[in-house]
Amino acid sequence: MKIAIASGKGGTGKTTLSTNLAMYLAEQYPVVLIDLDVEEPNSGLFIHGMLIHQQDMFKMIPEWDKAACTLCGKCQEVCNYHSVMKLGSMVMVFPELCHSCHACSELCPAQALPMQAVKMGELKQYETGKLSFVESRLDIGQEQAVPLIANTLDYVEKNFATNYLKLYDAPPGTSCPVIKATQEADLVILITEPTPFGLHDLKLAIETMRELHKDFVAVVNRFGIGNNEVFHYCESESIQVLAKLPNDRRIAELYSKGELVYPQHQEFAEQLKVIAQYITRMQERHL
Amino acid sequence: MKIAFTAKGTGWDSAIDPRLGRTEYILLYDEEKDELSAIDNREIEGVAHGAGTKTAQMLFEMNPDILITGNGPGNNAALVLKQTSMKIYVGAGEMTVKTAYDAYKKHELKEF
Amino acid sequence: MKEIVVISGKGGTGKTSLTASFAMLGGNEVVVADCDVDAADMHLLMQPVVKTEEDFFSGYTAEINSEKCIKCGRCAAICRFDAIDIAESGYEISAINCEGCGYCARICPVEAITMVEENVGKLYISATKASNVMVHARLKSGADNSGKLVARVKKEAKQIAEETGKAWIIVDGSPGIGCPVVSSLSGADFVVLVTEPSVSGLHDLKRVYELVNRFHIPAGCIINKADINPDVARQILVYLQENKITHLSDLPYDETFTAAMTIGQTIVEYDTGRLAELLSASWIKIKQILSKEQT
Repeated sequence: MKIAIASGKGGTGKTTLSTNLAMYLAEQYPVVLIDLDVEEPNSGLFIHGMLIHQQDMFKMIPEWDKAACTLCGKCQEVCNYHSVMKLGSMVMVFPELCHSCHACSELCPAQALPMQAVKMGELKQYETGKLSFVESRLDIGQEQAVPLIANTLDYVEKNFATNYLKLYDAPPGTSCPVIKATQEADLVILITEPTPFGLHDLKLAIETMRELHKDFVAVVNRFGIGNNEVFHYCESESIQVLAKLPNDRRIAELYSKGELVYPQHQEFAEQLKVIAQYITRMQERHL
Repeated sequence: MKIAFTAKGTGWDSAIDPRLGRTEYILLYDEEKDELSAIDNREIEGVAHGAGTKTAQMLFEMNPDILITGNGPGNNAALVLKQTSMKIYVGAGEMTVKTAYDAYKKHELKEF
Repeated sequence: MKEIVVISGKGGTGKTSLTASFAMLGGNEVVVADCDVDAADMHLLMQPVVKTEEDFFSGYTAEINSEKCIKCGRCAAICRFDAIDIAESGYEISAINCEGCGYCARICPVEAITMVEENVGKLYISATKASNVMVHARLKSGADNSGKLVARVKKEAKQIAEETGKAWIIVDGSPGIGCPVVSSLSGADFVVLVTEPSVSGLHDLKRVYELVNRFHIPAGCIINKADINPDVARQILVYLQENKITHLSDLPYDETFTAAMTIGQTIVEYDTGRLAELLSASWIKIKQILSKEQT
C-alpha cells in the first residue's frame, strides 16, 4: 500500500509526520519511507540509518554528434523548451532545460542527436534495522523535479515487495511535483495548521486531490494555535480530521535538533498512534 | 567596436534592462558608424522556459564586441556567450543606455 | 528603484509574515509582488482590493480533434509522459501529464493534434491597506508554476514602480530551488533569506544560497525562532560569516506570528513591542545596505 503525506503550504509538519510515522509503523511491519521532496529533502536529517545503496540518477538528454550533423536546424525548431540550439556551425544542448521528450533526437534527419543519460541527482537508501529509507536529491541548477520523482518511484517499485507499506514524503505545493508524488498513492494525508495560511493552502491541496480523484484525510498540526476555521471547513466538506498534533515549543525544539518526537512526547505519541491505527487497518484490508 | 545593451526602450535615454534573458530590447551601437539600432525582444515574455538561452542565441548571432547589461547571464546563457569573443560588462542595471556607455568608457563597469 | 526578494528554501519559517511586514513598513514607498504563487498567502495579510485582473496563459497542452483522428497510435507511441490515453472510444490527452513538448502534434499524420496555450490562472493588480500596490496571482490547482508567471508578476510590479516613482519592490519569492525561484531571483538587487535554527532550516538555507550565489546578488539573513536551538543558530551565524551574508536580525520564537495572521494582520500592526522594533530595524538596515550600494 502507498500513502503520500502532502501539504499545500510548506513548513506545516510534513517531514515531522512522515519520519515519526514511518519509524513508529516500522516497529510493526515492513515500511519504506521515501523522501520525494527532491528540491529540499529533509527526512534524512531525522532518520539515522546505515547507507546501503547509493546511485546517481539520470535523465535522458540528446548529445550532439558533430560528425553526423548537417546543421539543418530541425532540432531547434522542434524543441519547445529552448534547450537545443543551433549556434553558427555548432549545436548546443542545455541539459537543465531539457524535458526529455526525445523530439529533437527522433526527428533529426541525420541521427545526430542520440539520447544519452546525464546525472540530475542522487538516490540513497538507508536501513535502520527496522525502517528502510530512500531519498533522492536534485542537483542544484536542475530545474525539474518531476523526472527525478518518477525515477525514484520506479526504483522503489522495483526494490520493495508489495507487502511493504510505502510512505511518500511529498513536496509542498499543488503543482506538477506534488501530482507526480501523489498520483500512485492509495491514500493522501494532508497536513495543515489551524491558521489562515494553513486553511487557505489546505483548500488548494484539497482541490488538487479532488481533481486527481484521490482518497484523502487531514491531520492538523500545531493544534491549539490560530482558530477553529480549519475544523469548521473540514466538517462542512465532510473531510475526516484524523488527528490533532499538539502545538508545543518542545516539539519545535526536538525537530530543530533532528530528533524524533514521539519517543519523547506523550501527547504527540498518542495522536500518532491514532494515525498509525488507521493506516494499519487499511493495510490489513489491502493485503 | 560594436556594443550591445539590454534595454527597456530603443534610445540612448532608455533604461538598461537588468535582465539578460527577459530583456525587452537589445540595442546595438556601432561606434565606427555612430549608429544605434534596436531589436525588439518583447516576444520573450511569452516564453515559459529557456528565455536566457533564447536571448543569448540572438546575441550570438549579432556578435557584438561588447555586451553591457545589469545582472549578467545565468549559467546557460553564459555557456552560449562563451562561444563568442564578446566581453560582458555588468552592473549597469540602474543606468540609462547613455550613462552605461559612458561608465563603460570610463572603465567603471565590472567585467562578468 | 531596488528590488528586494525574500526567500526561504524551507517552508514555515515565517517568510510571508516578514515580507508582509516589510510591505507594511514600506507603505507607499513600495510596490509588492507575491511570487510565491504555489501557495500565495500574502493577500490574507494585505487584504488587497483587486483593481484589475486578467487570465494568464503559460505553456502548452496538446488537444486532439477526434473527428480528424485516425487512431493510428503514433502519438501515444512517442509520448514520454504517458499523456495520451488510447481508448477504443477515442484518444484523449491527460492535461495533467502533458508536458507541452509538442512532439505528438508534429508527427500526427493527419494534423489532428494542436497545441493550445494553457490558461493556468489569474493575475491581479490590487490596492492594499498599506497604501501600496500589490501584484499577485492565483494558479489553478494542478497548474504548473513557471518562470514565466513569476517573471510576469515581477514585470508588472516593476512597471508600476517606474510609472509611479516608487523606490522599492518587495517580492515574496518562490520556494524550493527550481525554475520559479530562479525567476524570482532574476533582476533582484538584494535577497533576504529567512531561516530557522533547525537542522532542516540550515540544510535548506545552504541549498538555496548556493543558487543565490550563482546570481551574484548580495544577501542578508533573518533567523526566525532564533532561541529554539542555540547550537544550530551558532552554526548558521558561522555560515553567514563564511559566505559574507549580512546577519540582519534574530527574532525570538513567538506565537505572535500566528496570532497576527489569525486576525489578518501583519506583525508590525499587531505587535507594538520587541518584534515590531526588530522588524523595523531590519527594514531600515536593508534600505541602508542598498543605498550604500548605489553610491
